[in-house]
Amino acid sequence: MPEYNWPSREASTVIGKVHDRLDGTVKSTGAAKYTYDVNLKNQLIAVAYGSPYAHCKIKSLDVSGAEKTAGVVHVEILPQGQKDTEIEWEGELLAVVAAESEAAAREGISKIKLAVEELDVFADEGNLEAAEEAGRTGNGGGKVETVNEPGDDDDEDEFVEAEIERLFKQAKHVVEGYYAIDPITHCCLEPHGSTVEWKDGKLQAYLSTQNVSGTDEQFARDLKVTADDVHVQCEYIGGGFGSKFAPDYWGIAAARISKATGRPVKMMLQRDQELKLGGSRPSGYLKVRLGADQNGVVQVWDSHHWGSAGYRGGGVSHSVVPYVLVPPNYRRTSTTIKSNTAQARAWRAPNHPQACAMTQTALDDLAATMGANSYDIFLANLANASNGKADVYRAEMEVGAKLIDWKAKWHPHGKGPSRGSIVDGLGMALHTWGGTANTSSCLLKVHPDGGVESFCGTQDLGTGTRTVCAQVLAETFGLEVDGVRVNIGSSKYPNSGASGGSTTVGAVCESHRRAGQDALEKIFELAAKELEVDASVLEAVGGRIRDSANHDKSITWRKACSLIGLKPLEVTSNYQRGAASTLTNSGVGGVQMAHVEVDKETGVVKIKKFVAVQDQGLVINPKTCKSQIYGAVIMGIAAALYEQRITDPKTGKFINAELSDYKLARLGDIGEIVVELYEPESERVRGVIGNGEPPAISPKAAISNAVANALGVRVPTIPLTPKRVLDALAKA
Amino acid sequence: MTDSKQKSAPKSGFSRRAFLRGSGAAAAATALHTQTAAAVDDQGPKVVRGETSITLNVNGKDVQVKAEPRTTLLDVLRYQLELTGAKPVSLDGSSGASTVLIDDKPVAASTTLAMAATGKQIRTVESLGGEQPDDVVQAFVSHDAQQCGFCTPGFVVAVRAFLNKNPDATEAEVRAGLNGNICRCGTYANIVEAALAVVKGD
Amino acid sequence: MKAFEYAAPRTEAEILQVLSAEPGATEVLAGGTDLVGLMKKMLVTPDRVVNIMDVPSLKTIDELPDGSVSIGAAVTLDLILDHPYLDVYPAVKQAIRGINSMQLQCQGTLGGEVCQRPRCWFYRNGLGLLSESASEGANQYHAILGNTGPAKFVNSSRIAPALIALEAQLRVIGPGEDEERLIPVSEFFRTPRHDGQREHVLQPQQLVTHVILPPIAGRTCATYEVRDGEGPDYPLAAAAVAMRLDGYGIVHAAKVVLGQVAPTPWNSPEAERLLIGHPVDPRRAEQAGLAAVRMASPLSENTYKVQLAKVAVKRAILLAAGHETGGF
Repeated sequence: MPEYNWPSREASTVIGKVHDRLDGTVKSTGAAKYTYDVNLKNQLIAVAYGSPYAHCKIKSLDVSGAEKTAGVVHVEILPQGQKDTEIEWEGELLAVVAAESEAAAREGISKIKLAVEELDVFADEGNLEAAEEAGRTGNGGGKVETVNEPGDDDDEDEFVEAEIERLFKQAKHVVEGYYAIDPITHCCLEPHGSTVEWKDGKLQAYLSTQNVSGTDEQFARDLKVTADDVHVQCEYIGGGFGSKFAPDYWGIAAARISKATGRPVKMMLQRDQELKLGGSRPSGYLKVRLGADQNGVVQVWDSHHWGSAGYRGGGVSHSVVPYVLVPPNYRRTSTTIKSNTAQARAWRAPNHPQACAMTQTALDDLAATMGANSYDIFLANLANASNGKADVYRAEMEVGAKLIDWKAKWHPHGKGPSRGSIVDGLGMALHTWGGTANTSSCLLKVHPDGGVESFCGTQDLGTGTRTVCAQVLAETFGLEVDGVRVNIGSSKYPNSGASGGSTTVGAVCESHRRAGQDALEKIFELAAKELEVDASVLEAVGGRIRDSANHDKSITWRKACSLIGLKPLEVTSNYQRGAASTLTNSGVGGVQMAHVEVDKETGVVKIKKFVAVQDQGLVINPKTCKSQIYGAVIMGIAAALYEQRITDPKTGKFINAELSDYKLARLGDIGEIVVELYEPESERVRGVIGNGEPPAISPKAAISNAVANALGVRVPTIPLTPKRVLDALAKA
Repeated sequence: MTDSKQKSAPKSGFSRRAFLRGSGAAAAATALHTQTAAAVDDQGPKVVRGETSITLNVNGKDVQVKAEPRTTLLDVLRYQLELTGAKPVSLDGSSGASTVLIDDKPVAASTTLAMAATGKQIRTVESLGGEQPDDVVQAFVSHDAQQCGFCTPGFVVAVRAFLNKNPDATEAEVRAGLNGNICRCGTYANIVEAALAVVKGD
Repeated sequence: MKAFEYAAPRTEAEILQVLSAEPGATEVLAGGTDLVGLMKKMLVTPDRVVNIMDVPSLKTIDELPDGSVSIGAAVTLDLILDHPYLDVYPAVKQAIRGINSMQLQCQGTLGGEVCQRPRCWFYRNGLGLLSESASEGANQYHAILGNTGPAKFVNSSRIAPALIALEAQLRVIGPGEDEERLIPVSEFFRTPRHDGQREHVLQPQQLVTHVILPPIAGRTCATYEVRDGEGPDYPLAAAAVAMRLDGYGIVHAAKVVLGQVAPTPWNSPEAERLLIGHPVDPRRAEQAGLAAVRMASPLSENTYKVQLAKVAVKRAILLAAGHETGGF
């Protein structure tokens, strides 16, 4: 087995170099076929009926009207639609109508009659008191850490209480505040769904999924067949940010309907259903008191936070509070709330964005209290970085400060110049993430004519997966990227892990580099005989196999491959998540800075400039890598200023579940974004680390801090809508 | 309608004849803009029920499709013509993902009834592909203006329409002019670059 | 969508032949930007849809003998925006520009914009236009004026305030075959008091065919919208102002109309009185803004809109008088 490794920066010809996304043209011309675009002959279109009530008990569900509607072929009542079922959130699907057209299905849906017993709705998830009164709270856990230990005779709780009070008395600066972030939804532009067909006891499923290799088994389990009988395909997926790991019960229902009707079925969630069912991010509301020494280094932190992840409870994990910069003494407690809203799904860096937004804002308020420069306070607290990355953060802060011109543009909180009613401000935040490579296998075929083909059951969420795979193989074989054909998106290809947790680029780098090096070893053996040298001296460069010491001694790649024989050389190589590796790594930092303008009369906030400095070990393709960061920042801008799931407290209805009401950032809202890849040799040698999540963490806190710097007043709850800005100014 | 304030008699000065037909000296209305001049025959208005066959002109070709009055142009494109570039993202056109050109103007195919599109030139994103893709497509590729790609066809058509009208657009104009489309992955920064590259002829 | 009949008349007379007298039985289709979405959600379920986009007389922009401009109801908004002759009505153009979507501007029509259904999310979620939820629920975008009855929604038209400020009229045909009349835009909207009542005074067999803008005649005008972001979202508050100033900058006549704050566009004679007889300066504009919201009765979540409405009025006045607004 060869020693798996990456070529040095100098020796690399393809990796680390900009390359156009391989599927850019098909995506830009409509040729790329997404699940929603797969139309099978004679297919039915299925539309689901969701509960209009957030909390009720079903008395009866009458679908006879739907069945009689012209064009409707099949109606199925789901288990949740059965009599006496308790429905705990608005939108829960109760029945599915399959028809000749979507319009007919929708008309059928409108004829469904539901009778329920309405139950008490609780949906005011930010209101802890009300949640307690309604009996909707649970213990979310917590942790205490103090430098001084209690004595053997001390009551622990009493000791902690006294110790914390002592530390606060000792503190030179104390900040007390409330910081919050509302729930948001995934809002994938391609909704969750599938086009499925039963044929001869086998299921063909075109599924919009982040988990091509894992969903065949899920279908099989629920449909009582074997995974071999299921073929899941997903060539392209229209957005998935942690919410598309499963066929979901509506995908299973579609398969059942296909079996029952003998026809293919396409069932995609409707837009409002996508927002309601497709996944959301838990809310977080935090009260904190922190104490710092004369240098602004936080010495003690005492917080309680609450929030909801939906009707089953849950919330933001206490384990990331306070975020990254963890003082030596802290007490953190949390309360979970069961609200009549849909259950959350993993959302791009679960827990981190909320924790960052609820706690690094408090750190910035410490700077405001001290009249200090926020940059200096973050710098002073780097020694408390819980991931040991103080040096990386320090370097990234320096880079960021230069790019945003921090020194020249900084002013103390609320003390900047006004232009009419417009004030500006700077803010920053920093983050951390793992990004361990996922399990991945790659089948590689090297054809006797020199063609290279790879097969891997991974998927492309927009990360540029195909391009990364091709670059790795091209680098390995000394070929052009166009000389490699990458196949992904089928459960019949070798297993590759789900795309979640920023694990994909690492995973495919592992499997493809390994397969490439394994195959190359065999080709070197053949070429060595031909060239009459030892295989160990060979290298693959510029379309040739050559003696690394004597470049004249070489044969073309094609010639070398012709030595394989009649059948292609096939190699399957695996990587198991967690195995030691020199190719990939985990653990990144990242620093972001925002420059905003606020109109004090209207509360409207605009982004002037945003700087993101990100490390991710070895960068395979700077272009697609940067695109990920731009995207994460833009998503963060949306969450900082615009996005929120608004639940009507009275009815529990997710009242803005259409794109006309669920406000996202538009092209004109993003200001100037500068992305800097931080990749000194010390980072590069660590190997590849995924970066889908980390840059999505900081924007909320950075922007909130910038707004606070502009106004001299903290707007406590994110998103920072004009209403909230004006309410905060009125209160100040 | 008892609380209506309207008066039942026509007001003087704007008799229907003088106002509309523009005949006679007193009604010399000057046409500042005339959008169409469809021929009017003597038969009464046609009322269509149920599914019928209609002709649409899509990407330069006349095609026969079946449509009910409620069938949207988007459904015809996607389910009958296999033109799936325009995407169904929002019911009300607010995402811009179903943008197509109708008589050279960008509109949402999702809120256009197929029957209302008869007699018009419909162009979809697929017409910008082919062996020699449109400059906008090429710029989207070279500036990496897509991630998951689901919104991309709608954006490509929107950028094409915007640049047709504003071939010398500045960066500020690009940022002000392309807000009818939503991208969830956040490709906006690269779309700005792509649009400006087309302006500069890069 | 419920199945419906489709009619595409080619003359105004033909339109009247296919419009039903029964409320809700026919819907008029122009650009479709609002109606088609409402039909998909089954919030509007007509038996027949009447597409007026093939009626040539509704698609013209004409100058009338008295110098007024008549704009057909089926004229798309981009044509109005691009029409140099209409530069004298910046209040109208600013309102259209604010829509911030090429697609909506190219597809949406003037008549459709003025007659669009309220954006109220309780209505759009099937809870009805006069939903009680609006009284204490998520009412942050709801009315702060004219909201003491059951209607808490806001009129969504972005152009109507400008049309009212400019004293425009609507030409309406029907219900009788030869009937037509002119209705001042200021009298077109009404606040429904019970379910099923429309937000305007038209009867089912009536149709707005044209908007008639009187000559600008030396007036100056502007629309200012408080918009959160650059997208096509509806403004949080808006105001349109038209004024006649003399050579010394003294206001002789003024019309101040607020948008997005009440179930109808909201005329403010209080603000107008403060302006008349004085030159425009930021202080005067601020006072007029304050006067416009003095009677505001905000709901549980929208007190902030009182401030926004005040600022919108102030800034529209300043813009109309050629001053800087001092904000975004």
